[in-house]
Amino acid sequence: MRVRWLAPTVYIIFLMVPIYWLLNMSFKSTNEILGGFSLYPHDFTLDNYREIFRDPFWYGGYINSIIYVSLNMLISVTAALPAAYAFSRYRFLGDKHLFFWLLTNRMAPPAVFVLPFLQLYSEVGLFDTHIAVALAHCLFNIPLAVWILEGFMSGVPKELDETAYVDGYSFPKFFFKIFLPTIKSGIGVTAFFCFMFSWVEMLLAKNLTQIDAKPIVAAMTRTASASGYELGLLAAAGCLTIVPGAIVIYFVRNYIAKGFALGRV
Amino acid sequence: MSAELKAVVKRVGAETHIYETSVALADKGFNVLLGPTGAGKTTLIKLLAGLEKATSGQIWIKGRDVTHVNTQRRNISLVHQFFVNYPNMSVYENIASPLRVAGLRRQDRDRRVREAAELLKLTPMLNRRPSELSGGQQQRTALARAIVKEADLVLLDEPLANLDYKLREELRDELPKLFAGRGATVVYATSEPTEALLLGGHTATMQDGRVTHFGPTAEIYRAPADLATAEVFSDPPINTAPVTKTGTRMTLDGGVGWTVSGPIADVPDGTYTVGVRPHFITPRANGEGLVRLSGKVLITELSGSDSVAHFRVGRHVWVSQSRGIYQYRVGEMHDFLMDADRCLYFDAKGMLVG
Repeated sequence: MRVRWLAPTVYIIFLMVPIYWLLNMSFKSTNEILGGFSLYPHDFTLDNYREIFRDPFWYGGYINSIIYVSLNMLISVTAALPAAYAFSRYRFLGDKHLFFWLLTNRMAPPAVFVLPFLQLYSEVGLFDTHIAVALAHCLFNIPLAVWILEGFMSGVPKELDETAYVDGYSFPKFFFKIFLPTIKSGIGVTAFFCFMFSWVEMLLAKNLTQIDAKPIVAAMTRTASASGYELGLLAAAGCLTIVPGAIVIYFVRNYIAKGFALGRV
Repeated sequence: MSAELKAVVKRVGAETHIYETSVALADKGFNVLLGPTGAGKTTLIKLLAGLEKATSGQIWIKGRDVTHVNTQRRNISLVHQFFVNYPNMSVYENIASPLRVAGLRRQDRDRRVREAAELLKLTPMLNRRPSELSGGQQQRTALARAIVKEADLVLLDEPLANLDYKLREELRDELPKLFAGRGATVVYATSEPTEALLLGGHTATMQDGRVTHFGPTAEIYRAPADLATAEVFSDPPINTAPVTKTGTRMTLDGGVGWTVSGPIADVPDGTYTVGVRPHFITPRANGEGLVRLSGKVLITELSGSDSVAHFRVGRHVWVSQSRGIYQYRVGEMHDFLMDADRCLYFDAKGMLVG
């Protein structure tokens, strides 16, 4: 059993290779990248990162992405909270069917919705705004948020609600002062999942924006510029897209498994 | 009158959870709702709390018709069978929460919370979260929250059912003291006849969505209105057997008989059901009016310091419960003596006749 460490090590190396390679490239100049195979940057440079923080085309992309992702998280969680509460606490006609069909939005590729969104937003003047992308992403994030939150809410016994009413809490007071703090980890996980799906989604984000709200993923599709290919710059931009996700994951790391199980653990 | 149900019916869909019930609870004291699981105790409590709406009928609390009054405005408190506390608040905040909602001044609030905490031995835990407490302490917190409010009506829905044996005994002894002198009417739901007897006060026995009998606990135990009440209010279950009355003579199926006197002697001859509590059938002779039942011992068990034996006489199985440890041999014949004076007689409709 001396090689017990071997399998996990190989596995982790295998997983880390693309990320390492991205990082590796980001510290090289484009010339070095195209020059030949090297396992580490011989000519270490931070120029790529400097360029990103200097050029509004690049850092603007991050800001745009963060704005619409945050907007989307806010809208999705706010809209999903009352819906999830209704699904978890009340029985109504067709509740189970409705709950299931919520997920149908996830069954179609987002590309299907590009055309209707594009046409609609152009007509009402929402094209190339942050809110446009945020709303478009609600299409798949709200149902997901409802599912995750419903799982967490159903884990809270109905007796808690009853106790609060007996103690004199009105419904809104109970909901905000007792219920929401009770499921705060669920809200955190839900926000994380909304963040994740909105952050990595490219098709809708790219097609519903042009200049003012252009997300970083769209910026990154510009592979060539006046000075030719800028692979180092692209790699650096790619590395930076991982950072916000890593930060968010850190905060909800203890609850992510529960989130993947839609709160039903 | 503190709390009263007037012809209350609760139906959910096609099912009737509570059949028409009219009960005027005793003012200031314990009202025990006694019945097996599914008898409708919790439903009745939720109706009183306003957490469920009655299909028809009225609910009055403290001389006020509260049928259409919200839970929040009924001035009641409630403790569930499961330990329910606000997980995001400390024990102190938990106990203080009904007072804070009511808008009490800080000093008054603090004084009352500390009083209640002292009473329930929670003072050292005031700054902890409910999740850091043991089950018993969690339930004490819930009880403290119920007490601190000084509600007109305190509803306790099997509050001790989820506690272990020792804690249950301890809290059960404390409960009557906690509410003594507070002027609150307490409704206490339980499925254990022993608890009803220990808590005293009044008892309403429930079965299948009906209140079968309501009155002072001791009275109901001594003279249950009907067979259902006797069955609910007996642990181990009451022995029942058909008995034939001819004059003053009662005869069981197997031919064993005894003579009766008093009101039962005056009812018409015929077939009745006799009910005997297991502890009136013992292997040892004590007192007069004893009827000998000889049977084959089927099962024996010890319950605390009591010996329980199931034995068969003819086609009928009887249960005997007696103080002390008896060594019965399973499969052998044994003599048991039944105290005929303590027998209850029910007519064909199950009503007590003597």
